[in-house]
Amino acid sequence: MAKQPRKKQEVETTGHEWDGIEEYNNPLPRWWLWVFYATIVWAIWYTIAYPAWPMISGATEGYKGWSTRANVAQELAEAEAANAEINDRLASVELASISDDPELAGYARSAGAAVFKTFCAQCHGSGAAGAKGYPNLQDDAWLWGGTIDDIHYTVSHGIRNEDDPDARYSEMPAFGELLEPEQIEQVVNYVMSLSPTYEPQDASLVTEGETVFLDQCAVCHGDDGTGDIYQGAPNLTDAIWLYGGDYETLMETVTNSRFGVMPPMGGANLSEAEIRAVATYVHQLGGGE
Amino acid sequence: MSDTQPDAPSLYAAREPVFPKKVYGRFRNLKWLIMIFTLGVYYLTPWIRWDRGPNLPDQAVLVDLANRRFFFFWIEIWPHEFYFIAGLLVMAGLGLFLFTSALGRVWCGYACPQTVWTDLFILVERWVEGDRNARLRLHRQKKLDFRKVRLRMTKWIAWLLIAVATGGAWVFYFTDAPTLLIDLFTLNAHPVAYTTIAVLTGTTFFFGGFAREQICIYACPWPRIQAAMMDEDTLVVGYREWRGEPRKNSDEVKAGETQGDCIDCMACVNVCPVGIDIRDGQQLECITCALCIDACDDIMEKIGKPRGLIDYMALTDEQNERAGNAPKPIIRHILRPRTILYTALWSLVGFGLLFALFIRSDIDMTVAPVRNPTFVTLSDGTIRNVYEVRLRNKHGEDRPFRMTVSGDPAIRIQLEGTPYGAVTVPADSTMLQRVYLMAPPSSEPAHSERTEVRLWVEDTSNGERAYQDTIFNGRDN
Repeated sequence: MAKQPRKKQEVETTGHEWDGIEEYNNPLPRWWLWVFYATIVWAIWYTIAYPAWPMISGATEGYKGWSTRANVAQELAEAEAANAEINDRLASVELASISDDPELAGYARSAGAAVFKTFCAQCHGSGAAGAKGYPNLQDDAWLWGGTIDDIHYTVSHGIRNEDDPDARYSEMPAFGELLEPEQIEQVVNYVMSLSPTYEPQDASLVTEGETVFLDQCAVCHGDDGTGDIYQGAPNLTDAIWLYGGDYETLMETVTNSRFGVMPPMGGANLSEAEIRAVATYVHQLGGGE
Repeated sequence: MSDTQPDAPSLYAAREPVFPKKVYGRFRNLKWLIMIFTLGVYYLTPWIRWDRGPNLPDQAVLVDLANRRFFFFWIEIWPHEFYFIAGLLVMAGLGLFLFTSALGRVWCGYACPQTVWTDLFILVERWVEGDRNARLRLHRQKKLDFRKVRLRMTKWIAWLLIAVATGGAWVFYFTDAPTLLIDLFTLNAHPVAYTTIAVLTGTTFFFGGFAREQICIYACPWPRIQAAMMDEDTLVVGYREWRGEPRKNSDEVKAGETQGDCIDCMACVNVCPVGIDIRDGQQLECITCALCIDACDDIMEKIGKPRGLIDYMALTDEQNERAGNAPKPIIRHILRPRTILYTALWSLVGFGLLFALFIRSDIDMTVAPVRNPTFVTLSDGTIRNVYEVRLRNKHGEDRPFRMTVSGDPAIRIQLEGTPYGAVTVPADSTMLQRVYLMAPPSSEPAHSERTEVRLWVEDTSNGERAYQDTIFNGRDN
């Protein structure tokens, strides 16, 4: 590499000066200039090829017909196609045997978690911990049964909705119209006494409440208050309350009744594979039977 | 600096071809040795076999990107242990600081792939076309006769073969080398392998054959960074101008004139691979390959003058020697607080990594407490916490792992999907396991805000175990 002689050049300046430092008005290197022209040409081609110019309704589409929506649609279709085989397998095997196949179970759990966060988390929470009136899916109490088949049926058809004739259905009467206020107070005291966290209060109310309970409530909740999963009647003897286990809440529940609704996820909402995936996911959250 | 005024400023300078002359000497010999060693390591490493037992690759050095594993002899690095790579990069950085502050651009001159491959390409060029003068003649010969075509084609084909071997060796680091070699020749290898080989062949051919010193001068950022790390004690290649000047060759010497030791034979310029004249002083192009030292020493010996007219020296030596004092010994330039500090830091990181490597266990887990919700009340009032545990089995066989908990006797453990506290983790893989810790309703942990617990995992086949500490959240949370 021979050294270029260092030249002291008489180049005109731009006239700008800062603290005695002047700016030369040197021409651009040739290659630089050509790159600059090339970028202009490229920019013009780009606005013709791709969506660019704003018009009254929308923008020019560009001759390549490229759009981000089409990209997304294509990628979704590709993902669907890539999962088609395992989805078919998931939709066709025995529900109870999914957990025996590690690959299928792993896929169902991951896919189910995604489905859950899209379709279920609005009511049941992103961690499936539920809220007042929306069951916690991580615990071991199930209103309509906690086997994988029960969960699958509930997800498919929903509860007490009008969209699916096969939806799980039951109705608790509003006892405010059937019982005297003191009877309601008695039965609420009795129900509270069934819970493991009960702190004894008025024993006479509890005794009278038991009579009312056996007359009015036991037909669904059972003589011992342990509920009935075939009617979605909650177990009243455990530590879990869907709406709350304090006196005021129970008064409200018995007086006005409750009518929790869950929409059906089958049919137009989710595919069979997706329902099975989310059922698998919910089943392995910790309470699956 | 001259004050001549050219007609118009030139905005582009064409490359002046460099034809380095053959040279003998101790630095040239050192460079040959380093070239044989580095190229040998590069080409042969993927072929070293290392038995790791069943289900694991038997290649000693393997970057298994598909399965996210890095194998280096007896060491296996998983993605979560990437800090080892980060540590090695820190060591590489400190090592370069050390070498640069002590020996200047020694990396550029001896070990940089650009230098090593360019050296190899020049060697081939010399074999095919002859030494400097023959190459210059061939370059200046306008007529494209048979001899010129033959020599050029021979040289380029030899370069291309080296380039293909270079690109080819690279891909062997990423998959089983013997299998890939067969696949490459039977056209069954993955397109990525062919593309990688093609790209590396192209870059090697172009960088080593044609771009050469221009990569160092214009493309590489490292020389500019190195300049910031040198100081007045850093050893660089320099010319003892006070001894050499005024330079005269025998034709110019007139009786009675003073003459320096430099006889202006241009030997140092002719051997320079970056085409500079070291007698102009330190220049940004100089990669300190020391070939000019060898060339000059040879001449000095022939004319009966002491060696070292061009030599490794430091800036402080100049003032010293001009004042007539003896230069500091080389070792005192190298051993000074700065280099000792770099060495200490380098060793510290090195020992840290070695320590981390030896305390690693073959059984490993990470625990991620599920905090959405923080706890779950079960129907009997039991408080349950959920943990997502990653269990790692680094062996080539399936292993039975049992999990236990310690920290509070009331807390029991349960694993999702199994009534037992044990699972089998498949060979060489990670398993994600939901783990439940449960405290009875009336127990202490169920009521406390936080309880510290320790999760244990044990290989029931050999008793090896590991633990992770975590927190159990109670009701009053």
